[in-house]
Amino acid sequence: MSRWALGVALALALVAAVILGVRFGSVALSTGEVVDVLLGGGGAVERDIVLGLRLPRVLLAGLVGGGLALAGVTFQAVLRNPLAEPYILGISGGASVATVIVLSLGWAAAGSWLMPVAAFVGAVSAIAVVFRVATATGRAMDVRVLLLAGVVVAAFFTACIMFVLAISPARTVQSAVLWMMGSLAAANWTSVATAALYTIPAGTVLMGLARPLNLMAIGDETAHYLGADVEGVKRAALLLAALVTAAGVAVAGVIGFVGLVVPHGVRLLIGSDHRALIPLAFLAGATFLMLADLAARVALAPTEIPVGVVTAFVGVPLFLVLLRRSLAPRSESK
Amino acid sequence: MRLRADGLVVRYSALGAPALDGVSLDVPGGALYAVIGPNGSGKSTLMRALLGLAPLSGGRVLLDERPADDWSRRDVARSVGAVPQAESFAFPLTTREMVEMGRYPHLGPLAPPTEADHAAVDRALEACDVAGLAERDVTTLSGGELQRARLARALAQEPRALVLDEPTASLDVRHVMEILELLRASADAGMTILLITHGLETVAQFADRLLLLSRGRVAAEGTAAEVIREDVLREVYEWPISVQPDPATKTPRVTPMRRDAR
Repeated sequence: MSRWALGVALALALVAAVILGVRFGSVALSTGEVVDVLLGGGGAVERDIVLGLRLPRVLLAGLVGGGLALAGVTFQAVLRNPLAEPYILGISGGASVATVIVLSLGWAAAGSWLMPVAAFVGAVSAIAVVFRVATATGRAMDVRVLLLAGVVVAAFFTACIMFVLAISPARTVQSAVLWMMGSLAAANWTSVATAALYTIPAGTVLMGLARPLNLMAIGDETAHYLGADVEGVKRAALLLAALVTAAGVAVAGVIGFVGLVVPHGVRLLIGSDHRALIPLAFLAGATFLMLADLAARVALAPTEIPVGVVTAFVGVPLFLVLLRRSLAPRSESK
Repeated sequence: MRLRADGLVVRYSALGAPALDGVSLDVPGGALYAVIGPNGSGKSTLMRALLGLAPLSGGRVLLDERPADDWSRRDVARSVGAVPQAESFAFPLTTREMVEMGRYPHLGPLAPPTEADHAAVDRALEACDVAGLAERDVTTLSGGELQRARLARALAQEPRALVLDEPTASLDVRHVMEILELLRASADAGMTILLITHGLETVAQFADRLLLLSRGRVAAEGTAAEVIREDVLREVYEWPISVQPDPATKTPRVTPMRRDAR
């Protein structure tokens, strides 16, 4: 499939997902009603539903989903491993610990800017710890060691969160637990603006790193010989991925596997050229999480499933297939 | 392009013996210069040191008479094509995509490749006889095809010098000779070539000069007749080796012998 064809298809799918996401929920609206509201008309109730609830929620799903896909692409390129993903590596866990601490201290009211900053500090700390452990076996990271490090670090972060919640008032615990499972229910225009402010600039800078990220697929030594500043690109790419992950965690909690499922699918269709992979993975991630959130809202309506549960149901089987494949004996190319 | 190194010292750890200990070489433009030596003698470290990947504890590298420190990484990549010993591919990649990576030092961050870039890639694919494999996934190539494709990537850089670490490893006789003939022709056309290899007698037919490394030091340097000598090789490789002039090629023929048959 050509990358342009996929781009057009994804753009159409994105528009369709926005329309579906705004139309369906506890009250179904017709496409005509939605369009009326978007054009400035419609009744007061419809306006409240569309502009106050569903549109910000759908847009937030798009920004967070696109951002998580970008983070997945970036971790996979830098770690040279298609299994790398912010949730699996414990990066989301690091971001969530910092956010839970801010929540439990009651500082969240201090300003929406504080949550992403705290989450970023947590995410970067998690990267530092996971990498220190994973590189203990040498510069070439073993996928098993990397995943194990991620799992153990994530377990530690979960324990930290449990500890913080145990000493927090019950009201905080309830909101924190819902948020830890990943939810877009709290979406509003402020959270949309926050996510956009972090995700879109980071994605733009990542686009500029597309060529050096391509070279890293054949290895650091070759990338250096081809003129890339390998260490600098890695550092910048990891910080940007941490920033995007943190923004997503701060506004929507921990949503796993988007960064695994989406880049894998896009790579299957158009290959691994990051000049195309980065923008298309963003589009596909946005569409994927919008649809996942729609499923979370309508599958058992009026009960809402956490969207992180939906993404895990899709992501875990794929992860297991990829893990089996990556551990199967294969001839190492020389 | 002239590649020069004066007294290179590389230490990977503060305690152990240095990986390179005072190695000097001087490769003039248009020369095919071979680096040989046992495993672990410092051949690959020499390549990394020349191209700024191994930290120097002593000595200096001069590229075209200018200290390597004065060159930007990108400028080096525009002038020197390098292929390390082994690469592994993290994601699927076609041969053409991999060879196109050779254009990286010539491109801006986002600008699409120009006609000139595509032409350079096509020429490199042709020169290495891999044009027919352009759309194949590199992980499906045979050992010989992959080595030629990697060499094509270095040629797509349109460099003035090539530094190659065992480009003929694990290749059969014909493919070894084809690559060496291609390198010899490139050198005759003015390219400077530094070739790291274990193929003592094949390289003796092609190289202008050879550098024999042993435990990080230069054990011998000179023409094939001066370096491929029985006494020298026996000492460096710590193995009984017989060296005779080959009647057909007039270059030294190297025969390792069974120790129990001595």
